[in-house]
Amino acid sequence: MCGEATGGILDFCTVYRFLDVFPGWLESIVVLDGLASWLAYALAGFFLAFLVINTVVMATALNTWFERRMLARFQARLGPNRWGPYGLLQPLADVAKLITKEDTVPDAADRPVFNIAPIAFLAPTLLVVAVIPFGENSFLGKLNVGILFIVGVTSLNTLAIFMGGWASRNKYAMLGAMRGVAMLISYEVPMALAITGVLLLGGSLALSSIVEAQQVPFLLVQPLGFLVFLAAASAEMSRTPFDQIEAESELGAGYHTEYSGMKFAIFQLAEFMAPIITALILVTLYLSGAKAVGPIPGQLMFVGKVVIVVFGMLWVRATWPRLRVDQIMGLAWKGLFGLALVNLFVVAIEVQVFRDLNGVVSTQELWVMAGINWMVTAGALVLFANILGQRKLRRPEPVPSPLANMSAEAD
Amino acid sequence: MTIRTEPVTINLGPQHPSTHGVFRLRVTLDGEVVLDVEPVLGYLHRGSEKLAETRSYVQVVTLTDRLDYTASMSNNLAYVRAVEKLAGIEVPERAQYIRVISAELQRIASHLMATGFLLNDLGAFATPLMYCFRERERILDLFEMLCGARITLSYMRPGGVFQDAPEDFWPALGFFLKDMPGYIDDLEGLITDNEIVLARTRDVGTLSAEMAINDSITGPILRASSVQWDLRRADPYEVYDRLEFDIPIGSVGDNFDRYLVRIQEMRQSVRIVEQCIRDIPDGPIRADTEYFMRPPEGDAYAAVEGPKGELGFYLVSDGGIAPYRCKIRAPSFINLTSLRDMVVGWKMGDLITTFGSIDVVMGEVDR
Repeated sequence: MCGEATGGILDFCTVYRFLDVFPGWLESIVVLDGLASWLAYALAGFFLAFLVINTVVMATALNTWFERRMLARFQARLGPNRWGPYGLLQPLADVAKLITKEDTVPDAADRPVFNIAPIAFLAPTLLVVAVIPFGENSFLGKLNVGILFIVGVTSLNTLAIFMGGWASRNKYAMLGAMRGVAMLISYEVPMALAITGVLLLGGSLALSSIVEAQQVPFLLVQPLGFLVFLAAASAEMSRTPFDQIEAESELGAGYHTEYSGMKFAIFQLAEFMAPIITALILVTLYLSGAKAVGPIPGQLMFVGKVVIVVFGMLWVRATWPRLRVDQIMGLAWKGLFGLALVNLFVVAIEVQVFRDLNGVVSTQELWVMAGINWMVTAGALVLFANILGQRKLRRPEPVPSPLANMSAEAD
Repeated sequence: MTIRTEPVTINLGPQHPSTHGVFRLRVTLDGEVVLDVEPVLGYLHRGSEKLAETRSYVQVVTLTDRLDYTASMSNNLAYVRAVEKLAGIEVPERAQYIRVISAELQRIASHLMATGFLLNDLGAFATPLMYCFRERERILDLFEMLCGARITLSYMRPGGVFQDAPEDFWPALGFFLKDMPGYIDDLEGLITDNEIVLARTRDVGTLSAEMAINDSITGPILRASSVQWDLRRADPYEVYDRLEFDIPIGSVGDNFDRYLVRIQEMRQSVRIVEQCIRDIPDGPIRADTEYFMRPPEGDAYAAVEGPKGELGFYLVSDGGIAPYRCKIRAPSFINLTSLRDMVVGWKMGDLITTFGSIDVVMGEVDR
């Protein structure tokens, strides 16, 4: 299942080695006729899934605290600071409150769909974790089409949002869901195109091979692809400036307007989990994933990068207003789509030129590519800003209207 | 195949994050496009005008606090000016200066709130709002020094103000005036050039000068539609005729202009307060009036340029201790009538921001 142990902090090889020993030990106690190895695998799988999912859920709980504290700092206020040191127990209090709330279902709601929607929303988000390599030997499944799996699974969210919005029988929820479906489907196109650029360089669909291929982090090699992916990903998880699905000041809460209690909590959990999951994907694809640097173990590097990316996304959320619904669609199809194509085109040509007979691009040539791509990125962005930008537009100078005359005597 | 579609009617409010209180809007939508809006008013109706008939002239001041609760000083000023006109009271000069100072500070506070909530309606996650509130807090501190209250001030009385500003008010005001232009620069640096703000507000919710005048719009919204009309200049009251200030106007009359006009008015207000501090004389702060005053029979209308527009009080006296009739010209209410002209044909998101840019306060609309 795995090669030589690397001695990382959270090395799943330990678990797998336990597998080699465990069946024999079990056989020596009870006679199971070959069931033992099956049992051992089931147990280990369950154990690992339990470990990883709970880690992610706990990280999400921590993320709610982190996000609220940081937002408060951005907004010149204190944030939650009552429960525990620095308010660290606030997530617990939130969960306790949400669990004890009454779970209401609207009369006119489509009950089965209404009840399944939160699960349908959470499950794909968690499934992504299955293929992320947290370290050289730390992963749940070494899927050779990992990235394809991620693209496929994340698109299921769209369905869940529509389920929630439709089943609620609420006009606000419906509006949010309609916006959500249109937006999420549109942004999957530039996202997939940006990922394709990574695949060309990595030469594989498996995430661990992509990480290995990043002698130079792909963020440096194809910054344009990174930016497109970042924008599309923040749209996919519906955060400002793309938070059309919820659009608090317009729709109240969007598709989960009618949800309460634990179902609402599950929606919130998935929503706060989204930045973490996105950061996991982003770090794996563009920031050389869990590569150890010197004495620092890979897992630690991985967590550190994830925290930085989550903070970056939080920063954007804290500062920017929201785009209008048609502007968001315009940005996807007129802006990001084009930029992603430019990126893909340039990277494809470069890979064709630079690769050797085995299809490998050497580190030196990666740096050359990085140089070219930075220039392409700068050019593309300047062009982009000049075509879609607002700042260049000049407005007429204010001229007092002749309709009013303040110096005239009042009668 | 043809799909049969029909417009959706949704109720925006009275409980909705962007209705600034308990405003209800019946919106007809075709997908995202607004076909029609119909305001439904009265959720905050307290009968202030009727209540005024059962209170003495001084007691009514407390009712005016609760009209536009983000700008109590301006309401106080408009009401006491109406009473003074009715009873023919001369106000001491020092009181006039203090009134102008507090009214201009209140204008800054109100415009800060309007700007913050406009950005909140645009979807900025409360950050600009909190920045605006931080500055507004300092103005409220100044008001607390003046009269002990922060929101419902009841600072002014017919004939003056009820107490002189304390000694330490003046240095505190000086510090505030020194910091305020920097604050406004910061705010502008964050908002004015923001690409998304420009995309969302420019040329959205345009109101032409003709339309604004026909709807009898006043205040920053009228001036954003490039009509240079300001009661402080057109019909000077208190000491405004001795002060130098510009009247900023907009060029197109869209949401962006309304935001810009408010920002520039804050700068002008700082200028006005600075001149007032320079010129303020010593002397009494209140004319000698009876507590239960009985103005002679007659009527009077007095208006001031409040933060939201022309705020007027029409008082009728029958010679008794309470007004016979009190009619309030509430700028928020009248400005709200232009909402339909501005938003029909725009998207749902624009409806919210346009409503935010009108800056209505429901306490004043419903009275």
